[in-house]
Amino acid sequence: MTENGGLQAWATSRIAAWGDLGSILDGLERKRDHTVTETLRAIELYRALGRDLSIVRRTLPASRMTRALAQSYARLHAVIYRKPHNWRERLRSLFREEIPQVVRELRGPIQFVALVFALAAAAGWWLIGTYPELVGLVASEQMIDGVEEGRLWTEDIVNVAPSSVISVGILANNITVSIVAFVLGVFFGLGTFYIIAMNGFMLGAIFAFTHQHGMAGELLKFVLAHGLVELSVICIAGAAGMMLGEALIRPTHETRRESFRHAASKTSKVLLLCALLLVVCGFIEGYVSPDPAFPMISRVVIGFGWWVVMLGALSGRLFGSGRSQAKA
Amino acid sequence: MSSPQITLQTVTGVDVELTIAGPGSRSYAFVIDWHIRLLLALQWMLVGHLIYFGGLRMTDSPGPGYALWVWLPTLLIYFLYHPVLEIAMRGRTPGKRIAGVRLVTREGDIPGAGPLLLRNIFRLLDSLPLAYLVGLITVVLTEHHVRVGDLAAGTLLVMDHDSSATSFASTTAAKSGLTPQAADLIQELLDRWPALDENYRATIARTLLARVEPQIPAEELAGLSTNDLRARLTAKLTG
Repeated sequence: MTENGGLQAWATSRIAAWGDLGSILDGLERKRDHTVTETLRAIELYRALGRDLSIVRRTLPASRMTRALAQSYARLHAVIYRKPHNWRERLRSLFREEIPQVVRELRGPIQFVALVFALAAAAGWWLIGTYPELVGLVASEQMIDGVEEGRLWTEDIVNVAPSSVISVGILANNITVSIVAFVLGVFFGLGTFYIIAMNGFMLGAIFAFTHQHGMAGELLKFVLAHGLVELSVICIAGAAGMMLGEALIRPTHETRRESFRHAASKTSKVLLLCALLLVVCGFIEGYVSPDPAFPMISRVVIGFGWWVVMLGALSGRLFGSGRSQAKA
Repeated sequence: MSSPQITLQTVTGVDVELTIAGPGSRSYAFVIDWHIRLLLALQWMLVGHLIYFGGLRMTDSPGPGYALWVWLPTLLIYFLYHPVLEIAMRGRTPGKRIAGVRLVTREGDIPGAGPLLLRNIFRLLDSLPLAYLVGLITVVLTEHHVRVGDLAAGTLLVMDHDSSATSFASTTAAKSGLTPQAADLIQELLDRWPALDENYRATIARTLLARVEPQIPAEELAGLSTNDLRARLTAKLTG
């Protein structure tokens, strides 16, 4: 038998096994939980495919058969080495251990970002307090006219749209701002710095403007219920963005690429919790904040209460972190 | 310019080689997906509008139900298409499947939900300033043709053509005494037949047939039409 004849005979003997590869791989990829039998069969198939691939790579390099076998081998490799999946355990671990760990590491950047925010707010307060004519930089004409007439823009919110619609719009906007504050950290932290500073500046400027017209108390009453957590979350997202920038400036791994990937993968976990907190803030801002029926004391209780819940979530205690550690 | 490859070492000693998808394949997949999600979103909006108003009409203030049941799902379909489908389809989307690409981690694994979500968060950056210009520049300039989202998530876009069925069946058609190399060539020619110039494919087909069927007289071979040549080659493969 010639070499080609031998190769042909071998390939013919394997065709039955190769013919079903597509459907077998589809089935393996689709299922997350495999029985012991299925797992052992997959491993045996992996070994067999590896043997077949090594043969065709030597004898038929760059052929279609080689390419097809290599594709199937790569797919099977991905299935076998796929990480174990238990979404309940994963979420539990995420909220009890991983996110609190990241928050502890972000303590320094959070303090820095909060300081930047406060200084920017102070700058905004000073600028509009000293040069009131510049309020057009931060407020629309409609807002300015309303305040000058003794009416906050927040009073008409529920007349423009229902609370449900306002809530969804607000939470979507806030989540987007937080994600942008995080993502712009890629520009060596400068993008995040800009977002945080701009938001702080605008807040300080608006409060200065309303204070000049004796309405700062009304504005404070509006923001109290949702503002504490909202501003805290934006600072946390900003801190995560700063970490991204720091990973690029001072790499912690062999390459900047690896350092960036590690920082992004670690700090992005906290964004999930931020998004959940902002969802509730959105509903508070849509239903509670614009409603004059809620007295100041209720807003203080809701605002500080939700802030305490936020602290519990960030530390993991809300999800039983302290109890699980004690058990361990 | 050939596509870069990455080689993953395995415990069996047989390395996994993944061909990185270039900017062209990536863009092709994106354009297909964009059309699909736009159509799905518009479909929802239209059907929702028809159900809500009982026809193609509109009022000045449609009420909260319209925003919640028509607008919001439309926006969710459009903006969450990629993350939801990439997670559900284990690194693929309909567009990626059509374009013959898929997402894997740098270890060749199927990416989990975390990396896929992170990859999609960075679309906000990759899509700047418009039409994914930042992402496109990064894809062109990086060694493994990755955008910023892929760098953050540690993912790669690799080629994923499923040609196993035709390759195996045709390459092992031993009935006509074809060698695997000859079968490979014939299959390659038949696959590319529609794209080749009429004269060129006839020339190649005659050359191949002359090699695999040397008993055919040259005059007979020269007299065969391109359709006949194709039929003879197909019969040779299928036996």
